[in-house]
This record gives sequence, structure tokens and C-alpha cells, in this order.
Amino acid sequence: MTAIEFQNVSKRFPGAGRNALEDLSFAVSEGEFVTVLGPSGCGKTTLLKLINRLYEPDSGRVLLFGEDIRTADLVQVRRRTGYVIQQIGLFPHWTIGENVATVPKLLKWDKARIEARTDELLRLVGLEPEEYKKRYPSQLSGGQQQRVGLARALAVDPKIMLMDEPFGALDSITRGKLQRELLTLHRETGKTFLFVTHDIDEAFLLGSRVLILDGGKIVQFDTPEAIIRCPAQGFVRSLVDAAKERGRFWEAYL
Amino acid sequence: MINYLVRYYDRLLTALLEHLEIVLLAMVFSVILAAGLTLLCQFSRRFARLLVHGLSVLYSVPSLALLALLIPLTGLGKTTAVIVLVLYNQYLLLRNILAGLDQVDPGVVEAATGMGMTRWQLLRQIKLPLARKAVIAGLRIALVSTVSIATIAAAINAGGLGTVLFDGLRTMNTAKILWGSLLSAALALGADRLLALAERKTE
Ligand SMILES: Nc1ncnc2c1ncn2[C@@H]1O[C@H](COP(=O)(O)OP(=O)(O)OP(=O)(O)O)[C@@H](O)[C@H]1O
Ligand SMILES: [Mg+2]
Repeated sequence: MTAIEFQNVSKRFPGAGRNALEDLSFAVSEGEFVTVLGPSGCGKTTLLKLINRLYEPDSGRVLLFGEDIRTADLVQVRRRTGYVIQQIGLFPHWTIGENVATVPKLLKWDKARIEARTDELLRLVGLEPEEYKKRYPSQLSGGQQQRVGLARALAVDPKIMLMDEPFGALDSITRGKLQRELLTLHRETGKTFLFVTHDIDEAFLLGSRVLILDGGKIVQFDTPEAIIRCPAQGFVRSLVDAAKERGRFWEAYL
Repeated sequence: MINYLVRYYDRLLTALLEHLEIVLLAMVFSVILAAGLTLLCQFSRRFARLLVHGLSVLYSVPSLALLALLIPLTGLGKTTAVIVLVLYNQYLLLRNILAGLDQVDPGVVEAATGMGMTRWQLLRQIKLPLARKAVIAGLRIALVSTVSIATIAAAINAGGLGTVLFDGLRTMNTAKILWGSLLSAALALGADRLLALAERKTE
């Protein structure tokens, strides 16, 4: 089953000289973990936002499970896609528990069910409910806030998870830990992940396939092995070379 | 001065109560109208900009002139005074409320929208609570301004502390002038303190 499909999607922002995304076509199967890799400004965030209709394409269509999202109910589209944004965006005036319960509350679940779900989610992302539920976002570290953002996006069990550089601001140890946990979560839930990053190591570690974007165009979309074996063009090769270079640098010290 | 207070304290009290009544009426209608306009502004940024601009023009019209302009429509008296006060307050309230709403972290707004909050849910649950400080600041400015502008309403027979003040000016009675100004200033300060307290309570 195809979970996400782009058909000739282009997006141009008002006043911009060129398209932010240029004639994008690709498909992601249900249960895949796809990472979107590319330099700053190449259109990664724009691509994600086209999926939950924070942006509308200028041409082309976006399909979720075969359904054109423009004809689907807007709120439904957003409830079916969990969204973890680049800036985390926790609600500062709500406790961690209330943040995680945002969508269940919108859906008017009963109190006991919300309570149980909140605890379950916090445990899932490695935060002890008793300790963290009553705290406010400002009383958490960056990594803990990011975990809450993930729990909040998972609350009503969306089939598709959209994650925009969620680990960008974390130290490499916390980052590695969260990366492993995310892979476990993916394995256990079988959800479809679209994960944006500009870090090639992260993209290749997490992605079952990697979508490489440059200047609003897809330059390669394949498994990590295939990309390393035959990088599509100059840009991908320089990415891979840079990563290998880093590997050699570390090997010299080990 | 004390003599005046002793002799005419019932007259001063009446004026004070009238003043309070005008201020309260004006504030209640101001808040209702401002809430409605804030809701309308959620649908279009252009509309919001135009509205605040229009209100700022209105705000720059001297209050006596605005009162005089309204007399042919709504006559002399309290109604006209309250309408003028409500109109002035719209600028103070809207400017503060809209600025406060705009300052809410875009990341927070995006997260809320991405989770499927409607415009209304976003406003009520996220934006307004986070803009609380700006909203209360607007209310405080509007309240103080209403108390002081309401004295001018006496010029169109709306009553209030302005009657004492204008009487004093006409008859060159210093005690009256002083009592009129003092009570009006005390009312403004007291009301402001009250809101400041309320603000701290809701923190
Ligand atoms: N709301 C907007 N209005 C106008 N231009 C925009 C808007 N959002 C993005 N752009 C432009 O579109 C292009 C793609 O932006 P996008 O945010 O998708 O990049 P990105 O790949 O996510 O970058 P980063 O890694 O820095 O987050 C950029 O040139 C950016 O300046
Ligand atoms: Mg981005």
C-alpha cells in the first residue's frame, strides 16, 4: 500500500524567484522509514508541510493512502499525520501531560482514557510520568522537550509520522540514544516515517530509503547501500565523500 | 476644601457614582466589541491592518469634537458619552490584543495548526492565553483613559465628576476643581491597581 505519493508537485512562495519545490514525484510505501536529506534551504520543510496541508501546492497532487488530500477533510488529514516540528513548539502554558493530551482533548476522549494514554506515551518516549507530567516545558532539557514533542505527535496513533529535524539541537550522545529509540518505535509500530535531516550520517543510519533533495529537486531516492555504491551525481558524491572523509579522520585516532 | 467636602459630600458622591456608571458601561461594551473585532481579525490580516489604521484615525479626533459630532445622531447625555468612550477604547484594546497575538511563537502556532486545531481553538486555547499580558495591558490603558476622558462627558450633560470640575472652572471655585480632579485621578489609579492585582492573581 502506498502511504504517501507526490505527483508532479511544485511549490513557489509569493515573491520568490524560483520554485521552492520543482516537479516532485515519488511514492513512499506504508511502513517505510524514509529520510529526507539536503542542504539548508533545499525545500525539506516545505515538502513536509505539503503533506499536512500547512502549505498547498501550486501544481500537482499529494495523495495519502490513495486519497487526494485536497478533497479530504483538512482536520482529518492533520489528525492522521503526527507532526514533530523543527522548533519543537511545545505549548509553554500547559504542563507536559496537557501537551501530550492535546489531540485526545480536542477529540473529547474521557478523562480516564486521556490519563492512561498520556502515561503510556510518556513511558514510551522514556519519561517517567510521575516525575514529568506536572512540569512545564521550560522545566525540561532540550532533549526531554523533543521527547515530549514526539509523544504529543503520537497521541492518537497517526499512521504517518512527519518529523522535521527533531534532533537538530541535541548533543551527539542524546541524539544517538533517541535515534536508536526511534528505530525501535518504528519497528514496533510499523508506522510510516518521513524524517527530515541535513545530517548525512543520521539520514543513512535511520532511513530504509533516503530521499536526497537539492535546490527543490530530487537528485536521488534509494536505499543507503545503493546510494553509497553509485551516487547519482556530483552533489550526492560530494556528500558521500565528505562522510567517508569524516570516517577516515576518526579511524586515524582509533 | 474640607468645608466643601462636608457641605456637599452627597453631591460629590453622586458625581462619583455617575462617573463610575459611565466608566463601567463603557468598559463592558468596549470589551464585547473588541472581542468581536478580534475574532473578525483572525480571518484576514489585511482586514486587521485596515481596522487598526481606521481606529487610530478615529482615536486622533479630539474627544470634544467627537462628542459634538455624535450629538445630532444620539443627542445629549450618557448614551453619546458611552459611545465615544467605546470608540476610543477600540484602538487601545485592538492594538494591544492584536500585537500580543502576533507575538506568540510561530513554532507554537505551527505545532497547534499541524495537530488539527481550528482557527477558533487555536485562538482560545493557545494564542489568547499566551497573549494574556498584552491583553491585560490593553485593558489597563483603556480603563485609565476611560476614567479621564469620561470627565469631558459632562460637557454634554452626561453627568459624572466632570460636572464638578466644569462647575468649578465656570465659577472659579478652586475647591470644586480640586475635588473633581482628585476623585477622577483616584478612581483611575484605584481601577488600575485593581486590574494589576487581578493580573497577578491569574498568573
Ligand atoms: N513561508 C515562506 N515564505 C517564503 N519563502 C519561504 C517560506 N518558507 C520557505 N521559504 C523558502 O523556500 C525555500 C525552502 O525552504 P525550506 O524551509 O523548505 O528549507 P529547508 O530545506 O527546510 O531548510 P533548513 O534545513 O534550513 O530548515 C528556501 O529558499 C526558503 O527561503
Ligand atoms: Mg527546515
